[in-house]
Amino acid sequence: MGDHGPAKGFGRWLFTTNHKDIGSMYLWFSFAMFLLGGVFALVIRAELFQPGLQLVEPEFFNQMTTMHGLVMVFGAVMPAFVGLANWLIPMMVGAPDMALPRMNNWSFWILPFAFAMLASTLFMEGGGPNFGWTFYAPLSTTYAPPSVTYFIFAIHIMGASSIMGSINIIATILNMRAPGMTLMKMPLFVWTWLITAYLLIAVMPVLAGCVTMMLMDIHFGTSFFSAAGGGDPVLFQHVFWFFGHPEVYIMILPAFGVASAIIPTFARKPLFGYASMVYATASIAFLSFIVWAHHMFTVGMPIAGELFFMYATMLIAVPTGVKVFNWVTTMFRGSMTFETPMLFAIAFVILFTIGGFSGLMLAIAPADFQYHDTYFVVAHFHYVLVPGAIFSIFAAVYYWLPKWCGNMYDERLGKAHFWLSFVGLNVTFFPMHFVGLAGMPRRIPDYALQFADFNQIASMGAFLFGFSQVFFLFIVIKTIRGGQKATDEVWDNPEGLEWTVPSPAPYHTFTTPPAVK
Amino acid sequence: MRLIAKQLANKLFLVLSQALMLPALLATSARAAAASDSAVDEAQRWGLNMTEGVTAVSREVYDLHMLIFWICVWIGVIVFGIMFYSMIMHRKSAGVIPAKFHESTIVELAWTIIPAIILVAMAFPATTTLIKIYDSSEADLDIKIVGYQWKWQYEYLGEDVSFFSNLSTPRDEIYGLAPKGEHYLLEVDEPLVIPVNKKVRFLITANDVLHAWWVPDLAVKRDAIPGYINDAWTIVEEPGIYRGQCAELCGKEHGFMPIVVKAMEETDYNDWIAGKKQEAAELKAAMSQTFTMKELYARGEQVYQANCVACHGAAGEGGLGPSLVGTGIVTGPIDAHIDVMVNGVAGNAVMPVFGNQLNNIDLASVITFKRNAWGNNMGDQLQPVDILTFKKNQ
Repeated sequence: MGDHGPAKGFGRWLFTTNHKDIGSMYLWFSFAMFLLGGVFALVIRAELFQPGLQLVEPEFFNQMTTMHGLVMVFGAVMPAFVGLANWLIPMMVGAPDMALPRMNNWSFWILPFAFAMLASTLFMEGGGPNFGWTFYAPLSTTYAPPSVTYFIFAIHIMGASSIMGSINIIATILNMRAPGMTLMKMPLFVWTWLITAYLLIAVMPVLAGCVTMMLMDIHFGTSFFSAAGGGDPVLFQHVFWFFGHPEVYIMILPAFGVASAIIPTFARKPLFGYASMVYATASIAFLSFIVWAHHMFTVGMPIAGELFFMYATMLIAVPTGVKVFNWVTTMFRGSMTFETPMLFAIAFVILFTIGGFSGLMLAIAPADFQYHDTYFVVAHFHYVLVPGAIFSIFAAVYYWLPKWCGNMYDERLGKAHFWLSFVGLNVTFFPMHFVGLAGMPRRIPDYALQFADFNQIASMGAFLFGFSQVFFLFIVIKTIRGGQKATDEVWDNPEGLEWTVPSPAPYHTFTTPPAVK
Repeated sequence: MRLIAKQLANKLFLVLSQALMLPALLATSARAAAASDSAVDEAQRWGLNMTEGVTAVSREVYDLHMLIFWICVWIGVIVFGIMFYSMIMHRKSAGVIPAKFHESTIVELAWTIIPAIILVAMAFPATTTLIKIYDSSEADLDIKIVGYQWKWQYEYLGEDVSFFSNLSTPRDEIYGLAPKGEHYLLEVDEPLVIPVNKKVRFLITANDVLHAWWVPDLAVKRDAIPGYINDAWTIVEEPGIYRGQCAELCGKEHGFMPIVVKAMEETDYNDWIAGKKQEAAELKAAMSQTFTMKELYARGEQVYQANCVACHGAAGEGGLGPSLVGTGIVTGPIDAHIDVMVNGVAGNAVMPVFGNQLNNIDLASVITFKRNAWGNNMGDQLQPVDILTFKKNQ
């Protein structure tokens, strides 16, 4: 039974319990969401191209900033990493499939419904969510458009999907490793995902609680977040960021795993400091639970709270630094080549580190009073998320795509995609540091004249970056449809069980567990 | 619903067509920018860095910012330096045989401990400054700041002076129908006035949603939160005009509620506050006066522009709020109209309760204005005393 193929037609995708099929669906879905969120971003950048209101009204602009954030975080980045986990974790640990294949199907298939519901709010009377992806109460409760209820339901479904996905990943990693694959022999991508899955299980219920309290406030007369009814608007922010800060690590830890797989391959040298990478990841995950209020330095916390969250946040720089130093040392005295995955991985290390620097600056509470809610913050989190999460996903796709579909991508096109994205990204987001420091608040549809020049540059970069991703779609489709056949190893002596199976990987792999030395 | 879908499609089409025409657009906008250069030149173009500001605290914050910035730059130079050295020297194409090492306890300990030491060193000045910022005791003057959708109210505690501060940039400038002025979007009808070299304490709260009061030159940013009073303080050293904006998303007009602080010598400030008190006394006297239709209409138009236009539109056509042309309460019984203005609308948080935001003259005139503008032609009018009677009777 080891080599029976997939079912035919639409039923294959609807009823599949195969980790590779589900992984592919996650990846395609997340790419669709990436384009949708990108269109929203381009609406924002087009409006901000010049001072004045040209294309959209402020009301619609706010819907765009909100939907851009929600779609990118919950629709693009998170499902893409779950897709990678689905494809790779069973092959990396030598398992035949995920531990809970039917739940795997379910956790994917509820996502399109969640996002269809979320996107449909844009067509509702009163418009879609317009209160920012952080949806601070009471703007998102008492003052929200009626469509907020759909938003809450959509968040619940996304949360359920994430929780099911992470239970599945944990069960697979802990129970289905091939004999001999001890925890400290697992590839770092598996390690980072194991830790990420625990973060997800810990915080998605908190988000669910948060939106449920909103629902109660809106429809059932409670006052969790309403000062007039004895509630507390600041409580919302504490609950939200207790979810929100681990959430940003959920979006970056698997990226660390991807970089840790790719850099050693192209440096032709084992990863430096494997054990310290694992411990650093675990420390970052732990710290992520005790730093949430650094998003709230201006809410007027007591000074003791302010100091605690400042110190704890600064501490994150230590394990993050360890990771960066390890990658650099892995490259040091290697024998490097610069294929597309490596280019994306190197850009990831450099630009993510720049995002880390601005993060360290933001941790300094007195200075944060000037940075808070400005474009400096926008620049910061786009530097950690775009070249961080998104670039690592690109790197992963180029790195493993030959294994998935059996064909090599076109190296020249891949490199062109890299350089277009690299230039576009920096032209878009680097000037945001400047306008932010010069005093431009975030989430405004129109701005004072002194911010005009850098905004114009940022908008041009955004369109370049946006259209480069259509090019990426073209490259991927071209590779799937044909091209030079990939070898089983694909790269020059890469490490990992996934390279021991044929390219393309058969529909079922490791039905008998491999031996791990 | 279908209308909204159509609007949405139109907008997306506009955006995409603009995207496709980007090069052409660029040329035109460069020319447009050159045309309005006189205005833009005045503003600081290409501003790169945080302002040093005009207070001791703002300079300290700036120094902290620069210190941590340079620390990051140096770490970056070292780390990226090693990285680029490797990328240049350790290439396969240069025939390098890869080394085999993959751990070193000493090195790993070093790059854990050294950054930790740098961070501790950084924490000291940050803590000192934070303690200073939090010490709002012994202020010379207290000003209560209340954030509203979408304006600021300033109340000088113990002085009986209180007023609202609204964006004064004309909507024509925003919609590109008039050239933009030097302080586009950073100008208000009535600025906050404070004396220099005095410790001014701000007590900040909000009436509806969250806002944040931010003036970069003072390095003061505090969230305005309903049910909370946050404090912050400043001692401005030089007279001048300092501009800022709301820094917390507060709904549709979030980008249009600027802050302007005018710092004056103490004597000028005293004159100003005396003038304000005089004004308040005159206003009180005016409450019992009778105004002509013309006076009410003219004043009402101003009040409308400052308070209503964001939701009900420049010609009363509606938007976030309902249309005011020939519809509903505007052409219904006048008492119901007063009720909505004074008490808001039950179950609708978006319509403000203007009873405590506008004085009786303004309420009377804006209601009169709305009932007679845009072809409503109701012909009726209100006097301030009518509002007073209404408030008393409810």
